[in-house]
Amino acid sequence: MSAINKIKSTLENGSSPEEHSKEGGIRSYLRSDFIRSMPFWLPPTLLMGLFVYGGILWNFVISLTDFSGVVRPEYALSNFDFEMYTRMLGDPSFHDAARNTIILLVVFTLLCLLVGLLLAILVDNLLKWQSILRTVFLLPFALSFVVTGVFWQWMYNPEIGTINTMFNLLGLDVLALNWLGNPSLRLGAVMFALIWQYGGYAMIIYLASLRTIPQEHYEAAKVDGAGFFVTYWKVIIPQLSSASVSIAVVIMVFSLKAFAWLYTVFGSNPGPAADILGVMMYRVAFSANQWAYGAAIGSVLFVGTVMIVAPYLYYQYKRGEL
Amino acid sequence: MKLTTTVKNAVGWNDTDLNERFEQVQRKHVIATILTVALAVFWVSPLWGGITTAFKTQSAFISTLPLTPPTVDQVTLNAWAVAWETLSPTLWNSLIFTIPAMVFSAVLGSFAAYGLSMVNWRGQVALMTAFILAIFLPKQGILLPLSRFWNTVDLEGILTSLGYFSLPFADPSHTNLIILIITHSAYGISIATLLFRGYYLTINHDIVEAARIDGAGIYAIYRHIILPLSYPMFMVVFIFQFTQIYNEFLYALILVGGSDPSAGAPVTLALAELNSGFSQNWNNQMAGAFITAIPTLIVYIAFGEQFAKGVEY
Repeated sequence: MSAINKIKSTLENGSSPEEHSKEGGIRSYLRSDFIRSMPFWLPPTLLMGLFVYGGILWNFVISLTDFSGVVRPEYALSNFDFEMYTRMLGDPSFHDAARNTIILLVVFTLLCLLVGLLLAILVDNLLKWQSILRTVFLLPFALSFVVTGVFWQWMYNPEIGTINTMFNLLGLDVLALNWLGNPSLRLGAVMFALIWQYGGYAMIIYLASLRTIPQEHYEAAKVDGAGFFVTYWKVIIPQLSSASVSIAVVIMVFSLKAFAWLYTVFGSNPGPAADILGVMMYRVAFSANQWAYGAAIGSVLFVGTVMIVAPYLYYQYKRGEL
Repeated sequence: MKLTTTVKNAVGWNDTDLNERFEQVQRKHVIATILTVALAVFWVSPLWGGITTAFKTQSAFISTLPLTPPTVDQVTLNAWAVAWETLSPTLWNSLIFTIPAMVFSAVLGSFAAYGLSMVNWRGQVALMTAFILAIFLPKQGILLPLSRFWNTVDLEGILTSLGYFSLPFADPSHTNLIILIITHSAYGISIATLLFRGYYLTINHDIVEAARIDGAGIYAIYRHIILPLSYPMFMVVFIFQFTQIYNEFLYALILVGGSDPSAGAPVTLALAELNSGFSQNWNNQMAGAFITAIPTLIVYIAFGEQFAKGVEY
C-alpha cells in the first residue's frame, strides 16, 4: 500500500531530473522518468508485444508440431521437430512460390524504384498542376487491393478488357494476349498492376527527398555545362540513395506478405506461375488445414522480413536516425 | 511565360544567351508536362474504365469500348443499385470497426511515443526497434496464433455473461466487430508510435523542461502541452490508419470468414465475394469496387496532404 502511495505522490509532484541524485534507494527509483512514464508506454507496448511478438513465438511453436486437420496441436516438448522445415525443401510448390517471391522481391522492387523516380522527376519539373498530378499518381496507393484487383481483372480481360481493346484499336492485335491466363505472362501482369499501385508511393518519397536538394546543385551543374540528363544522373540521383533504400525496404517487405490482390484475382491458388509464399501460407493453412506447415511458411516469411529490415534499421541507427 | 517576360524586361531583350537559356528551360517544362499528363491519363484509366462500365446498360457494355463513356440512353444505375444492395450492410460493418480501431491505435501510439520520448533510458532504442520491426511484420507470420487466440478467448461468452447482448443497440455481429477492433488496434500501434515519435522529437524540449520546473507532472505535461501540439499529427495518423484498416482484407478473412453481414463481415470481403461469383457481371463488379472505394476516396481527396505525410514516414 505504501508503495502505491509513493508512486501516486511521485506522479502528482513532478520533479526535475537533477533532484534524483540527492535521494537514494527506492524513492529515487520511483521518481525516475522510467517509472513515471510507464503508464504511458507500458500498456501500448504490452498490447503490441502480445499480438506481434507473442504471435511470432506461438507461430514458431506451432510450426514445430504436427498440427493438421481437426486435431488440436500437442504442445509437448517431445513432439517438437523441424519436420515442417525439411518438408519445404522437398516440396515443389514451395520451390515455385519461393522463386516467384524472390522474382517479385527483386524485379518488382527495382521497377517500382525506376517508375517512382521517373514520376518524381517529371512532377518536380512541372510549373503547374504539381499537386493534382501528385494526387493522381498516389491515388491507387490509397485503395484496397481488393478494389484494385477487381479493376485490373477488368483491364486484363482477354476479350473485352481495356488493354486488349486498346491494342486492337491501335492495330497491335499481336499484343492482345491473355495476360492473366497465360502462365508465362501471369507474374509480369501481376507486377505491372502492382507497380501501378506502388509507383506513386515511391514517387512521394523521392519527391520529398528531391525537395531537400538545394537549387544551387542544379545551378552548379548547369554552370559546368551539364545537360538535363547528366545533371540528374551525376548530381541529383546519387543524393537520393537514402530515399531509395527506404522505398526498397518497404516494397520488398510488401513482396513477402502480398496477398489480397492475388487472392482477389486468382483465389487461393494462382498456379505455379504466380504463386507466392504469402498466398501459399494461407492456402496450406486455411484451405488444406495443414496448420503446422502453414505456420512454418509464416515463420520463414518473418525471418525474411527480419533479414531485410534489420540491416536497414542498423544503417538508420548508425546514421543516428533511429 | 510571365516569369520569362519579367526577367527579360529586367535584363533587356538583346541578351540572346539568356533567351536561349529560357527556351531550354521552357522546353524542359513542356516535355515534362506532356509526359506527366500522358502518364496520368494512363494512371486513371483503370478507374475511368471502371466508372464508365458501372454506368452502362448491358447492351451498351457489349457494343461500346471500355473507355468510352455511355451516351444518355446508355446510362443506367442498375449496377449501382445491385452492388449497393449487396455491399451496403458490410460497408457499415467496415466503418463500425475501422473508426474505433483508428482512434484506439492513434491514442495508444501517441501514449507510447510520449512515454518513450520522455525516458532517457538505455533500452529505449531496443524498444523502438521492436516497434519499427512490428510495422513490417508479415501477417502470415501471426495468422495462425491470431485465429487460435480468438478461438480460445470466448468473446461471445464473455459478452453474454456481462449482459452485453441485452443492451438495446447490441447485435450478434458485434462479437466479430469487437474482435476486429482489438486486432486492428493492436497491430496499428506500431506505425502510430513511429509517426508520433518522429513528431515529438521535433518538439522543442525547453517547453517541457520549463513546465517540469514549474512543477507540472507527467500527465499535466501530456494533457496541456503535448496533446494540443499533437492535433495535426493526430489527423495524419487518423487518415493513415483509416485507409489501412478500412482496406485490410487478410485479418478479416481469417477472423470473420465468409461475407455474411450479420457475422460482421467488412466490405472488402463482400466485394471479393461479389467478384468471385460464378456469373461474372462486370457492371456490378465495377460499381461494387467503387462503392467499396468511396470512403477511402473521400478521405484521400479531402485529406490528401495528411495522407501523403503519413506515407512519408
